Amino acid sequence: MSTQTDALWRRLARLTPARIGLGRAGAGLPTREVLKFGLAHAQARDAVHTPMDAAAIAGAVEALGLPTVTVTSGAEDRATYLRRPDYGRRLSPEGLKALSDTAAESVDLALVVADGLSARAVHEGAAALLAAFKPHAERAGWRLAPVVVATQARVALGDAAGAALRARAVVVVIGERPGLSSPDSLGLYVTFDPKPGRSDAERNCISNVRPAGLSFDLAAFKLNWLLTQAFARGLTGVNLKDESDRLIEAGTPDPAIGRG
Amino acid sequence: MPYRHTVGPRTHVFADLATLMAKATPVRSGDCLAGIAAESAEENMAARWCLAEVPLKEILARPLIPYEADDVTRLILDDHDEAAFAEIASLTVGDFREFLLTASSEMLARIAPGVTPEIAAAVSKIMRNQDLILVARKCRVVTRFRNTIGLPGTLAVRLQPNHPTDDPAGVTASILDGLSYGCGDAVIGINPVSDSIQTMGTLLTLFDSIIERLEIPTQACVLTHVTTTLDAMNRGLPVDLVFQSIAGTQRANASFGVTLPILQEAHEAALALKRGTLGDNVMYFETGQGSALSADAHHGIDQQTLEARAYAVARRYRPLLVNTVVGFIGPEYLYDGKEIIRAGLEDHFCGKLMGVPLGVDVCYTNHAEADQDDMDTLLTLLGAAGCTYVMGIPGADDVMLNYQSTSFHDQLYIREVLGLRRAPEFEEWLARIGLTDASGTLLPGGAESRLLTAAPDLAA
Repeated sequence: MSTQTDALWRRLARLTPARIGLGRAGAGLPTREVLKFGLAHAQARDAVHTPMDAAAIAGAVEALGLPTVTVTSGAEDRATYLRRPDYGRRLSPEGLKALSDTAAESVDLALVVADGLSARAVHEGAAALLAAFKPHAERAGWRLAPVVVATQARVALGDAAGAALRARAVVVVIGERPGLSSPDSLGLYVTFDPKPGRSDAERNCISNVRPAGLSFDLAAFKLNWLLTQAFARGLTGVNLKDESDRLIEAGTPDPAIGRG
Repeated sequence: MPYRHTVGPRTHVFADLATLMAKATPVRSGDCLAGIAAESAEENMAARWCLAEVPLKEILARPLIPYEADDVTRLILDDHDEAAFAEIASLTVGDFREFLLTASSEMLARIAPGVTPEIAAAVSKIMRNQDLILVARKCRVVTRFRNTIGLPGTLAVRLQPNHPTDDPAGVTASILDGLSYGCGDAVIGINPVSDSIQTMGTLLTLFDSIIERLEIPTQACVLTHVTTTLDAMNRGLPVDLVFQSIAGTQRANASFGVTLPILQEAHEAALALKRGTLGDNVMYFETGQGSALSADAHHGIDQQTLEARAYAVARRYRPLLVNTVVGFIGPEYLYDGKEIIRAGLEDHFCGKLMGVPLGVDVCYTNHAEADQDDMDTLLTLLGAAGCTYVMGIPGADDVMLNYQSTSFHDQLYIREVLGLRRAPEFEEWLARIGLTDASGTLLPGGAESRLLTAAPDLAA
């Protein structure tokens, strides 16, 4: 390959995160590219299969001054979790009891930190996200239930948790299905009037929350916007469009923060 | 009427044909999730013995979903070719397997319109992987738009230049990379992030200009909802192919926001554009086992049979391309490499037997028990089976949809191992611009610079 062509491919490669201009060894990839791909896949696999350290997460959340309660879903292990999404949407009987015992009076908001498909994303980002969100919640004066730390959990587990805690809305902070270049991405799902049986069309989602994607500060800002709207309008889902970008463009938080 | 099969002291009873077909299916996680899979290995085999003895006529006479209740059932029965079926009408499922193993390509083409999806699915359940490969290889399904896809000894590639923000320059960079490996004869087809008509217009115009500028004998597609493509056609945007995801039941299609009349309308609109130079196959469909279950629209039918029913929907509109996105949906439907490989071979076989130009997105997600070695295995088996086309994605890593598929390099591998050629018109073009020699082999070092210098402003 000529130097000129090399330079052109380097320029093209800057235009996309896709793996272009890799070169080849016959029909195959160069060795470095085979190994880079293998490493990225290994990290994504580890993100899926590393168990969440619920005690450490609870400790980090409590250090923010937020009490916690730890539960598990109806899926007893990772293999069951992956095969049976329905089990991951339910609370275990012990978990349900723990939340029911906790619920004293109705609250505005329940926060659930769930492993989802990437414990790594939760380990690295959940406490930071809550730290960024806490000032918003305090300013709004929302009454919070204890933060639920849920293992082998899917998004819809938040419906059961929110209902048990008698919350007007629930936010599930969950590890997203890892991509090859994003093993550490959190998703935030907001559901007004949570109860078992809510559909995904009745939620709002903030996706790709990670240092290289949507920053914790910006995600917390958007979350606050969505919750404020949800409480004011009494709904979440397809009828509530995320228009917080207009405020961002108007200069409220740092507009330079990228959306990955 | 229940079906029975006795094994030693035990008689296995299957309440109806849907139950029998579900229990006869090689076990996979999606059928377990639906609660319809065989509960023991013996029950699985007893069901296959029993299914092998069922006459094909009986399958035709017992729709799994009632005619009145489902427009896909109506389509299957209304479109059924009695004359084509006559050649196989006296056979049982077990006989049919043996018939297929011995049939010529001409015979297979003749019976295709008489094969319903339920018949194709039933026989596949008693076939081993090698049977699925051997029979599919004999099936010829040739389609045309600006080139000829599906000729014996060829394998086409969809160039999939996805980008996390649909950035035209970034998309162009991936297209140029793919073309430089000789990919893109099936279609240059992007999954956009945004379903907006504005994005669609930008991408359609970009693809049209690249194809025209470089004089590439291929076609483009922006894979958005059929209603958005209809809108695009009404606005005069350059639409080559109409895309839609489809499934095997009316309710599952409804969950995709699609009906048969909408598909009909889009098909007619695309035909009226007359943009194909060699043929008028203008539709592109995607399918995948598990989609009906995930939409809670499976009627207690196993996911592989429902997948074959989606091919009946596709068949009505004479598509250029159909592909199963075999490992995309996740481990709750296909758990590991073994299940993905089996499903890929079943889907390809059923599609080809029914006369549908089936390609396969050989793929997996990071929460499935699978890796690139499994994809190498499935790609090699599908190459042997005469698969119509596979995906070409930079480095096999789709940075928009977050899954892994086959790469530009992977198609070079399978061509070298099995001697597979590209669509002939595309192959001639590659030789003409100096990227390959006359046999389709990439020329070493620097040849792709001709591609880049042919389009200096495209990547600007």
